[in-house]
Amino acid sequence: MAQWFLDLHPAWQALVRVLIFVVPILMLVPGLIWWERRLLSWMQDRIGPNRVATITWSKTSKLVPPFLRGKKTKLFGLLQPIADGVKLFFKEDVTPSAVDRAIYFLAPGIALFPAFALGGTLPFAPWPSITPIADVNIGILYVLAISSLGVYGVVLAGYSGNNKYSLMGGLRASAQLISYELAMSMSLACIVLATGSLKMTEMVRTQEQSFWGIAPALQNWNVFTPYGFVAMVVFMICMVAETNRAPFDLPEAENELIAGYHTEYSSMKFAVFFMGEYAAMFVFSGVLATVFFGGWNVLPINFEYLATSASVPPFFAGIAGFFAKANYWLAPLWFMGKIAFFISLFIWLRATLPRLRYDQLMSLGWKSLLPLATVNFILVAAWILVDRLVSESKGELLGSIAGIGLWVVAGALVYSLWRIIKKASEEPQLETRTISMVDPATLGEVASS
Amino acid sequence: MNPSELATPNMGVFMIIGGVAALAAVGVVAFNNAVRSALCLVVSFFMLAFLYFSLGAEMLGILQIVVYTGAIMVLFLFVIMLLNLGAIKVMFEKRDPKLLIGGALGLGMAVLLGGQVIAPLASMSAPKAPEGIGSPENVGYSLFSTYLYPFEIASILLLLGIVGSILLAKRKI
Repeated sequence: MAQWFLDLHPAWQALVRVLIFVVPILMLVPGLIWWERRLLSWMQDRIGPNRVATITWSKTSKLVPPFLRGKKTKLFGLLQPIADGVKLFFKEDVTPSAVDRAIYFLAPGIALFPAFALGGTLPFAPWPSITPIADVNIGILYVLAISSLGVYGVVLAGYSGNNKYSLMGGLRASAQLISYELAMSMSLACIVLATGSLKMTEMVRTQEQSFWGIAPALQNWNVFTPYGFVAMVVFMICMVAETNRAPFDLPEAENELIAGYHTEYSSMKFAVFFMGEYAAMFVFSGVLATVFFGGWNVLPINFEYLATSASVPPFFAGIAGFFAKANYWLAPLWFMGKIAFFISLFIWLRATLPRLRYDQLMSLGWKSLLPLATVNFILVAAWILVDRLVSESKGELLGSIAGIGLWVVAGALVYSLWRIIKKASEEPQLETRTISMVDPATLGEVASS
Repeated sequence: MNPSELATPNMGVFMIIGGVAALAAVGVVAFNNAVRSALCLVVSFFMLAFLYFSLGAEMLGILQIVVYTGAIMVLFLFVIMLLNLGAIKVMFEKRDPKLLIGGALGLGMAVLLGGQVIAPLASMSAPKAPEGIGSPENVGYSLFSTYLYPFEIASILLLLGIVGSILLAKRKI
């Protein structure tokens, strides 16, 4: 980037970086709400909001061009978020009299903070002077630390409402977030092991290396490796649970808890909770894209390699060179595209899956995802160990012994997977109770004797 | 040391973070509502993490957030919310000798600590951790070389805790 930017005081640079990251999120949240409502209604065979932003042109006015007079221009309800926003701003802000006031007012802010702070180490382009906000060598740990703060907003909102349903929602949220955080950190730890660094930029750089070490024209995105794929699935499920989205939206289950932790909130304070949820969706999708899907790269193809390789015809090398430039200069666009895809996936999940029962939620987190992520972690460690031993002993005895050990670990993984699938597919063991009918005549006898 | 030397941006940052942390620490004991006390403790821990960041020890700061703010205090709050649902009862007795004795003991402790700490810190102006002292590499390396046995023993202790809690909580195993 330009030198003048690097000559600024570090505090100004940091401010610019923060604004470049946060302002787009703030602006995109309303659009996201529109997209969710439209996509959801399309998936559920409804129409959804399509009326706001329909322009009916005047039939008589001279200011309207003749071909438009009396016609309607439909914009797919694109201005619905503005209507929603106006409605939320001007609704009466009711504060119930029995709430714990200080905490009641603080909770929405506390809920919003981690959602935005989460992206502090997230790189959205290969431009080190602009992004990430801080390229510290604890990048992924920072994400875990901040996401663990997300529980405070929900819990405090639930507590301060002085309402049994709110409190139940808050308690459910804290139990849910704590349970799924473990599996999430385990799945990220696999990638940290494979990368050998906690830096987010380093993770993307590692994914740009050649595919499985054999095909230099392709990139080795973590999702294409076996352990990376398992970790990705675990992370994705945990991500949905961490953002309190359906099918994990038990803290705000309407049919059980009215609206859960935000039952007592109205107007803008309620909107702030929603904004936090959508911002968290956005940033978590960014983390998923960075850690597993190659970050800012558009396709898992090494355009740089193709452009400079001698074996590629010059015409295709030219095209590859063009793509390499596009990949570099339009990086935020590709990153945003991946985020849009994952957010659509969130909405797809919401449209498809019914809400989990509470015991199902807990058993999925503790009995399936956590063991799976742990076994995956051990497998990655064994993989690295074998790789190291083989490269040190040049494929001699030690390497083959380690190879056998790897097979044992892989067998354990397959066995545990089989156990999980078997357990999930078998009929639930219901408790049986026998009721014996008592003859009233003999009962009378017993009573009289 | 003259005042103009003290008025650096770093000093300002330190004073804001440290001041909030100290105020929150006072709040922990000053509030008689358990949830607010716990919240003050959260703020204090969080600000301590920022203090570590400003000293250049990112790893330490982030572990502070992960372990204390993100895990332990959430459980504290969870338990307090589960237990303390009734009206807040204020316990206050007039002419309580405990107040006097406690104040005196606290003052003594402050003098004792202050006497030890102030002298070496008086000459410090902008403390900074040496490059790479708390980096993940160094922490990991020392955990798995010098402190391998304590580390493994601690992990076994934690495992015992988990097994024990399951043993206590479950009727049928």
